[in-house]
This record gives sequence, C-alpha cells and structure tokens, in this order.
Amino acid sequence: MDRNKMSYRVSQFLIFAGPATLLFVGTVIVPLIYGFYLTFTSWDGVSKNKPIVGLDNYVAAFADKIYWQSMGRTIFYSVFSVIFINILAFALAYLVTMEVTVRQKDKNGKKTVMNRGIWGQNFFRAGFFVPNLIGGIVLGYVWQFVFKRALVSLGNAITQGNVPSLLATSGGAMFCLILVSVWQYAGYMMLIYVAGFMSVPEDLKEAALIDGCTPAQAMKNVTIPLMRSSFVQCLFLSITRCFVIYDVNLSLTDGDPFGSSVLAAMHVYNQAFTYKNYGLGQAEALILFVVCAIIGITQVYIGKKGEVAA
Amino acid sequence: MNEKNNAMAKKIKPYLIFALMVVILFLIIFPFLIVVVNVFKTKADITQNPLSIIGVSSGFTLANFPNAMEKMNFWNVFGNSLIITVSATVLTILFSAMCGYFIVRHNWKICTTLFGLMIASMVIPFQVLMVPLVSVYGGTFGLLNHRLTLILLHVGFSVSMATFMFHGAVHTNIPLELEEAAYIDGCTKWQTFWKIVFPLLSPTIATVAIIDAMAFWNDYLLPSLILQKKDLYTIPVSTKVFYGTYSTDIGLVMAALLLAMLPILILYVFLQRYIVKGVTSGAVKG
Repeated sequence: MDRNKMSYRVSQFLIFAGPATLLFVGTVIVPLIYGFYLTFTSWDGVSKNKPIVGLDNYVAAFADKIYWQSMGRTIFYSVFSVIFINILAFALAYLVTMEVTVRQKDKNGKKTVMNRGIWGQNFFRAGFFVPNLIGGIVLGYVWQFVFKRALVSLGNAITQGNVPSLLATSGGAMFCLILVSVWQYAGYMMLIYVAGFMSVPEDLKEAALIDGCTPAQAMKNVTIPLMRSSFVQCLFLSITRCFVIYDVNLSLTDGDPFGSSVLAAMHVYNQAFTYKNYGLGQAEALILFVVCAIIGITQVYIGKKGEVAA
Repeated sequence: MNEKNNAMAKKIKPYLIFALMVVILFLIIFPFLIVVVNVFKTKADITQNPLSIIGVSSGFTLANFPNAMEKMNFWNVFGNSLIITVSATVLTILFSAMCGYFIVRHNWKICTTLFGLMIASMVIPFQVLMVPLVSVYGGTFGLLNHRLTLILLHVGFSVSMATFMFHGAVHTNIPLELEEAAYIDGCTKWQTFWKIVFPLLSPTIATVAIIDAMAFWNDYLLPSLILQKKDLYTIPVSTKVFYGTYSTDIGLVMAALLLAMLPILILYVFLQRYIVKGVTSGAVKG
C-alpha cells in the first residue's frame, strides 16, 4: 500500500482521530459558532424563526445593570475565594509533606537521628481531599443545613437568644459561598502543591541550609521560586472554576436573599432558560467567557514568564 | 537553658503538627458528620436539636433510609449515573488515546490544527455552549432525554483535555523503536496501537479515568439540561429535585444527601491511594 497516498492518509486520520474529532467539533466548535450567531438574534427558544437584530443584544447586555452587578459579585467572590483557596492549600501541602527530625533507638540500642514525615501524612492527604469527591449540588445542600440549622442552633445555645442564619443576609450569603468554595477546593489544590513540593530537589534545599539560610529563607528563596509552575497551575484552575461556579450557588443560596447572591453564571442561566431571552443570555455568556479567558490567560502568561527551571 | 528549650521544642513539634492536622481534618469532615448524626433522627428531633448525637425525644431510627430511597427512586438514579459515568469514561479513554497517539506520530497540518483547537478550547466555560447545545440538539434534532446524548456530550467536552494528556504520555514515554519493531514483525498500525502502545499508556489511562469519572458522576448542569424525564435522572439531578420537593421533611433530606454521597465515599475508601495519585499526576500534566 502506498503510505503517502491521500486516501490512505484520510482513512488513517478518520480511524484514529475521527471519533474524538467528531465529538469535539460537535459539542464544542459547532455550538460555539452557532452560539455566536445566536447573539445576533432575538430568539425566544420556541419559534422557528430567529429574527436578526444585529448588535442589539450586546447593547442590552452592556446596559443590563443586574448582569453587571452579578459580574461584580463574581469578581469579588472569585478574588477572595482564589486567595484563600491557595493560601490554605499551600499551608496544607506544607503540613502533609513536612519532615521532622526524630531520635530513634535502632536494634542494637544505638541512638540515631533521622528525618521522617509526620505520622499519617498520607492519611491526612487523603482526608483533606474528601470534599472534592462530592458534587457541588450535594455539598451546597449539606452546607445549607449546617448554616441554617446546626450553626443557628449552636449560636442559640451559646447566646440564649435568637441567632439569625448567616444565609439570611446578603453579606452573610456571600461569605458562606466563599467559605464553602475554599473548603471544597483547598484539598484539590493541595495535591498540586504537594506535587510541587516533591519536585523541588532535596539537595538544593540542603545546600541553602548549609549556606546559612534559615528554613524560612530557604522556603522563600529556593522552594517557592522552584514551585512557580504549581502556583500558575493552581491559580489558573481556581480562577477558571470560581468564575463559572453554578451548582454550589444554586443549592447553597439559590441567589437569595433577594437575588443578592446571584453570580454571573446563574444570571446567564436565568436570562436564557428562565426568562427565555436566548440571544441576550448567550451574549452575556460570551462576555463572561471573554472576561474569564482574559484573566486566566494573562495570569498564565505573567506566571510563565518568570518560571525558573530546577 | 536556651538549648534545652530548643531540644524540647524539637521533640514536641511533631506532636503539635499532628494535633493541628487532626483539628483541620475534623473541620473538613464536620459537615459530613452533621449529616451522619442527623440521618438517624426523626424530623422533630432534627428541628429541635440538630447537634445532638442521638434524637432527644424519639431516639434512634432507620426509617429515613427506606423512605428516601423509595422517594428518590434510588436504585434507578444510581443505575443511570453508573451507566452514564462508565460508558462516557470508557469512550473518552478509547477515543482520546487513539487521537493523542495519532497526533504525536503524524505532523500533518490537520493534526496540529486539531491539537491547537483542543488546547484553546479548554478555557471555554460551559455556559457559552449550553444554550446552543440545548437549542440545536434538543430543539432542532430532538435528541433530549436520551442517555446516549448525554454520554456523547460528556465525551465531547472531556476529549480535548484527555487527548492533551495522552499526547504528553505518548510523546515522553513510548519509544518509536518499539512500534517500528512491531511493524517489522507484521503488525498493522491499528494492531501496533492496541497491542503495544495502549497497554503502555496505562498510568495515563488510570489518571484520565479517575478525573473524568469523578467529573461525570458529579456533574449537574449538563444532565439537568439534557435529561428532563424523571426515570432518566442522575444522582445530582435527583438530589436537586428531591430537595425541592421534600425540603421541609428534613429527615428524608438527610438520608437522601447521605445516599448521594455514600457510593463515591465507599469507593474512595478502597481506591484512595490511586485517586489521590491520579488527581496529582493529572493536575501536573494538565
């Protein structure tokens, strides 16, 4: 068989890459293009004809005050969530990879000094990851019960009064959303930081310590710069996840009280499916995508620029 | 004196850190504990005192479980989730391993274009695609309410990330000499892939399987848009509907939440080492 013939090439491509390509194009590329087209129509989701309205949807989207409020909220929520997720994840990763010096007696009764991890490090690593196993909808309901009933009852018992639920005020609801997200994702990002810690060569750290660094200095000047790619990774993942969060938002607060915790993804969903403004909803989704992509890509670009190789 | 203190501090340090980790673990598990504590109580007891370990007035009860299982149609939704997760995961692995391998071995323009598109597509949030998906596949072709539609859509969304990971694995771990040897021995390309390359990809296969299976099992938005018939619900969708219907019957809700969490928690107890490893290696490659 002639391996350079066009027909051979096409058949090989179709056999190996065909199924993946077909599904990828069908679920991502075609809807993306079609969705872009939909933003120029005022489709109601039911009728056959989709009247072209030009840029009206974009004008309406930029004028939609509620949308931009939800966008502002999303940015507020994402900034705090991302910061706390990563601080906590880094701290947890530090704890579960930490080594301590212990003195042990060996078989002959001789005392030896050795470095080893804290007991149960693997167990804790596995334990801290548990929230990521459960889907956002279920987590949201579990926490809703905690905030609405358990903590309220605890507060009542302590103060002997009537403590309101945190979810009942707009500030409180945002706080709860951030808390649950941090609780959920910290364990996931921890695993990435753990991999980062393990990738830093032991001898570099030792060399720094021998040269007179304190452990804190070694961490700041050797370990953290070498873990830069872990930071880029975790920031990118947490930013893109927080920006489009929907299911925890839905089950934990459902946008309440009085729509004060509706994040952008939920607003887009409501605009399209609840109010049947498909064109407007799609335009707003596209804006959300652009904002999210710009932030994510800028972050990766800046992060990668200063990367150090070990 | 100072040295003595130092030595003392060094001795205590491991215990302190251990204690700290126990406290953190408790805080992380706390919401689950609350559910477990309340699932064995009656509605009245939960409302009165959600923190007590055993119901104050009517004690211990198992009645919430059979009740919730029947009302959320547990075995049916569990089966749906299982079918969808398993088939979508298997298809993702097969298709993206083939695709990733092919892209590495062929420097054709169409391959590099496809790969570039796939990488770029990873920043697209689902929200941009949901309206067109529902309107095209649901409205125009009437493909809503079929498990197969959901399975194929799951595969379509995850295939780019998985291809990227298999691409990396083939690139770094599969020596071309092996394939050439197989080719000389008379294998076709198809046979070489399945007999030589695919088995060597097993670490990446495990990683992709773990990450995607977790994502498919837990996904809510896509199944809720595609499967709107009650007997097709997956576990997250049925939890949402169940909560909406029975949110006042808190005992039932507790049982339903625990039932929704239990399968994956049980699986985690057995596969915990592999899951942690899979997520870590997937994260580093992605």
